[in-house]
Amino acid sequence: MGSFFTSRLFVISLIVVVVAATLPWYVSGYVLGLLTVAYYFGVFAMSWDLLFGFAGEVNFGPTFLIGVGAYTAGIVNAQFGLSPYICIVLGAAAAVIAGFVLALPALRVRGPYFGLTTLVAVLILQSFIVVFADLTGGEIGLTIPDVITIDSHANYWIALGFMTISAAILYGLAQSPVGLVLQASGQDAVQAGALGFNIVKHKLAAFVVSAFFSGLSGALLVFYFGTASVGTVVDIAVGVNVIVAAVLGGRRTVLGAALGAIFLIVAGEFLRPTGELATFIVSAVALLVVLFFPGGFLGAALSREARQ
Amino acid sequence: MLAFQILIDGFAISALYALGAMGFTLIFGVSGVLNLSHGAIMVAAAVAAWAAASVLNTDSYTGALIGIFVALIMSFATYFVVVQPIQKSRRIPNEEKEIFVLTGTLLWGIMIQELIAYFFTNNAKTVLPIIEGVVNIMGVRTPQNEIFTAVVCCVVIGLLWLLVNRTRTGKVVLAASMNPRGVTLLGHELNNVYIVVWAIYGVLAGLAGVLLGMFLGVSSYSVGPLTASAFSIVVLGGLGSVSGSLIAAIVVGYLETLTAYLINPAYRTIPALLLLVVVMYIRPQGLLGRR
Repeated sequence: MGSFFTSRLFVISLIVVVVAATLPWYVSGYVLGLLTVAYYFGVFAMSWDLLFGFAGEVNFGPTFLIGVGAYTAGIVNAQFGLSPYICIVLGAAAAVIAGFVLALPALRVRGPYFGLTTLVAVLILQSFIVVFADLTGGEIGLTIPDVITIDSHANYWIALGFMTISAAILYGLAQSPVGLVLQASGQDAVQAGALGFNIVKHKLAAFVVSAFFSGLSGALLVFYFGTASVGTVVDIAVGVNVIVAAVLGGRRTVLGAALGAIFLIVAGEFLRPTGELATFIVSAVALLVVLFFPGGFLGAALSREARQ
Repeated sequence: MLAFQILIDGFAISALYALGAMGFTLIFGVSGVLNLSHGAIMVAAAVAAWAAASVLNTDSYTGALIGIFVALIMSFATYFVVVQPIQKSRRIPNEEKEIFVLTGTLLWGIMIQELIAYFFTNNAKTVLPIIEGVVNIMGVRTPQNEIFTAVVCCVVIGLLWLLVNRTRTGKVVLAASMNPRGVTLLGHELNNVYIVVWAIYGVLAGLAGVLLGMFLGVSSYSVGPLTASAFSIVVLGGLGSVSGSLIAAIVVGYLETLTAYLINPAYRTIPALLLLVVVMYIRPQGLLGRR
């Protein structure tokens, strides 16, 4: 661990975080708002990468976990008026339970079937939100009475701090012996099992950790937005963005996923002048990266460094 | 009266779903590819048929043919631009190709969807029906085109069955779905088999798209739901099992129609999804799927 604190990655990350923390003093509130959302998105992508890059399980429904966390927090706040902090904790807890319930049967099946189960979970959540419109606000969305703070600087720092801590925990977990077992079970489940590791238990743990961070981030995001709606936290399109961000940034890198998410949101904003073609251009760039640099941004950078 | 209405509408929807899912499951069965740009290709076909009729003033038959042709081109483009490069790439480890194909086709689908929205707006478009008029079947007023749709779907599915089971090309395709290596050992170029399958897929998806455009109308927003419905039908039936998807399409089609007529049109998709989850829990390989 001692060598880690002097490693290049640690130094670069530290510099990036410190520079990012000073941004509120010289960029506009608009850019800050954009980055705040991008940071929460980064946590979504990192939690997804833990599951895909390491456990080798493709979760097509990251928004199931995000949505459960976000809506639980929002509904508890709107119905019972508890403080946002309690709501956020409850949201994360609900996401963990939902992740556990989903993962137990889903992990019994392999490959595409796992992905499909998770995809269906999103569709069902979406339908229930529409059916129980009295509670959830339906298609219009749920208005949340409380916010953590309305100060854009504070919101930005909360998001940055949250992403940094999440990144440190998720990255640490991925590099730990547990992460190695996960990686082994993702690549060859039979061999890893033959070495005496309980594959299902490890994958379940990965799913629960992924659910925890997704739910927590989702809950924080709704308290930033002040609303929860299908279009922002549950829709399949949101899940697709999370997946694209993780693949773009580089799978199996954790930190790359956060970079991918920030890139995706900032690029979408820069392309705003191109109007309706913005999504087209972002998708086309993502497709090119998938086709020609399958390792993603960070993957390509790391492999170049490894070669030198 | 209502029972007949459900029976007739449910049949038309089921037939359309079956046609849409058939090509999707065929590609998975033969080459292991889950094509997530499926909905986009269907919508592209419908929009092309609509544009041909309303911009170029062609009659509805020519329009439909143009739609199918566009879907065929799209299908080949999907294969040659996205799927084949990923499958042949040396930088992507074999065990991860599946997720890369999924991501790639998903992005490709979004690109097609955005282009459609850009050039033809997001508005819903209804393709002009090939046959006009309404007939009365046992007290139910049914558009003749709905009957036409159901008939075309059944005929095409029948033809597909003949093609796969009774022709030489079809038998090679079937063999490739069972054992690709065996097929190459018999001297068949696997690439050609894939091209045949993607051609069949293009025609099926195009036809389904155009018919859907006449029946319910499409817009660029229908891309996601269409892919999802094909996906769930195929999973319900068992990935790669053509007869399984046929049964699943009928189940889903009727379940949706029943819910829409008897409970509430807003809850249309929910029972089918719940059924899907139950099937996944009890029988993850689907109704007729192979493990």
